[in-house]
Amino acid sequence: MTDLVIDTRGLRKWFGPTLAVADLSLAVRAGEIFGFLGPNGAGKTTAIKMLLSLVTPDGGEGRVLGAPLGDRETRGRIGFLPEHFRFHDCLTARELLRFHGRLYGRSGVELEMRIDRLLARVDLLEAADRPVHGYSKGMMQRTGLAQALLNDPALVFLDEPTSGLDPLGRLLVRDIISELRERGTTVFLNSHLLGEVEATCDRVAFVKQGKTIHEMVLGQSPDLIEVEMRISPIDRCMLEGLSSFGTGICQSSVDVVRMRVGSEEALPSLARWLVERGTSVYALRTRPKSLEEWFVEVMGEDQRPG
Amino acid sequence: MRLLTPVLTVAHLTLYETRRRRIVTAAVICAAAFLAVYTAGLFFVHREQIRASTPFAQQQIVMAFLAVAGLYGVNFLSILFAVLLPVDTLSGEIDSGVMHTIASKPVRRADIVIGKWLGHAVVVTGYVLGLSLGVMLSMRVVVGPVAVRPLEALPLIILEVLLLMTVSIAGGTRLSTVTNGVTALGFYGIAFIGGWIEQVGGFVGSHAARTVGIVASLISPADALWRLGSYRVQPDSLRNVGAAVFSTSSVPTTLMVWWAAAFMLATLIIAVRSFSTRQL
Repeated sequence: MTDLVIDTRGLRKWFGPTLAVADLSLAVRAGEIFGFLGPNGAGKTTAIKMLLSLVTPDGGEGRVLGAPLGDRETRGRIGFLPEHFRFHDCLTARELLRFHGRLYGRSGVELEMRIDRLLARVDLLEAADRPVHGYSKGMMQRTGLAQALLNDPALVFLDEPTSGLDPLGRLLVRDIISELRERGTTVFLNSHLLGEVEATCDRVAFVKQGKTIHEMVLGQSPDLIEVEMRISPIDRCMLEGLSSFGTGICQSSVDVVRMRVGSEEALPSLARWLVERGTSVYALRTRPKSLEEWFVEVMGEDQRPG
Repeated sequence: MRLLTPVLTVAHLTLYETRRRRIVTAAVICAAAFLAVYTAGLFFVHREQIRASTPFAQQQIVMAFLAVAGLYGVNFLSILFAVLLPVDTLSGEIDSGVMHTIASKPVRRADIVIGKWLGHAVVVTGYVLGLSLGVMLSMRVVVGPVAVRPLEALPLIILEVLLLMTVSIAGGTRLSTVTNGVTALGFYGIAFIGGWIEQVGGFVGSHAARTVGIVASLISPADALWRLGSYRVQPDSLRNVGAAVFSTSSVPTTLMVWWAAAFMLATLIIAVRSFSTRQL
């Protein structure tokens, strides 16, 4: 018995001559908040569409919530907020949610109560009976978020959920994701706002040119500890010696060296080694490597525009 | 019933949305303007006939002609409405992303297509019935009883507009909105010109021209339904006038009605299959 909510191997999708997704292999566990990262055009949205049966893969295999891709019943346990949530703007938010609730096979008092609860949660109760054409982008996005939670899903796909939201709106999304985590709901989050991902996700996967190229656990990875040292003198022999304490050694200025160490336990022996070999140590501090820095490193400098 | 729930839900949304669309308002205004012009025309023609003491039989022929002309107007307006109303129902929702949220729910793609078909069918049928009722009421109020049989034409006109509406919905599964509109109207254009070629061919006795017309009607059976309907509406006195606008020298058979119904069903099946395999 597996606890994998999403399990894909080598999913592939062509659009004409363009390979949108080359090799998508993912393993997302139940209850996990999973970040899906990559530059524009990396195939993230196509990947989500394949998992939601909106697009049929050309190769590979996958299971979502234990069922093969495309299983209709399984979609009843999934919530989805698309990147730009749009709907018939003549409807009110309440009518819109009622329609989506019915598509989930829900009706009656239970559905109405659920709608009220969700409208209150996304702070739209007062505007609930106004047509959505008068809504701001943020209000529309919050309506979409309520729509994605209508069926009390086991798995939620959020594609750029904070798009168009002000800081308070973003905080709301973060709180809702935390609530989902507490309930054991798995969240698959696609966002360009790496700060949001860092604050909410347990684990992330990096996608480049339609391929999963790296996965990492956030907040627990020993590789996340970066050490910055202001020392003198710096020579080749010393830099080679540092490699026995960690990886990613680079001299960023005349007297500054940065490197990654496995854990904080390595720091005292590193300091001792430097002093014993006669190096003057002016400063030695650790800082966690930000997800943005990871992103740039994993994607490679060639992905930076300009 | 549970199986039908998604279909009815989509149909209900389609109906609800249609009520608020400007195209419906425009179509209702056009219908009102059409009925106003028609009623005024009827009034003045009838008044002139009374003033000139036109014999009753002749009056009936003229009024029957105007009744058929009125139904032709109903037919024409309804065709435009039936093609243009659903022209963006699928393509527009795919482009805007609305469809992503709907199709990711636990519904079959077929439910979406059939639900939309059903919702639009109710609106389009209502439009045909409302306009036809308007024409017949005008005739009754202004002229009195006229020897025409509109109820014989109505099912055929409804089938015709539903057929064109189905073509428009089917096109929307693959084509962009504008391309779909042009294609669906072009599809009717084939039927229209085919019908005229068949009529003129029949009148001048050209078997080849009639065959071209019949083949066009098989490819696009919409206009054949109107021609059969207009033939059934007319009293014998009008049918015998000869080469008039609504004369039918080559009357489509009942087989063509079955062919049109089968054509519509096949188009709906193609629409469902096409949308089911569409990459959204």
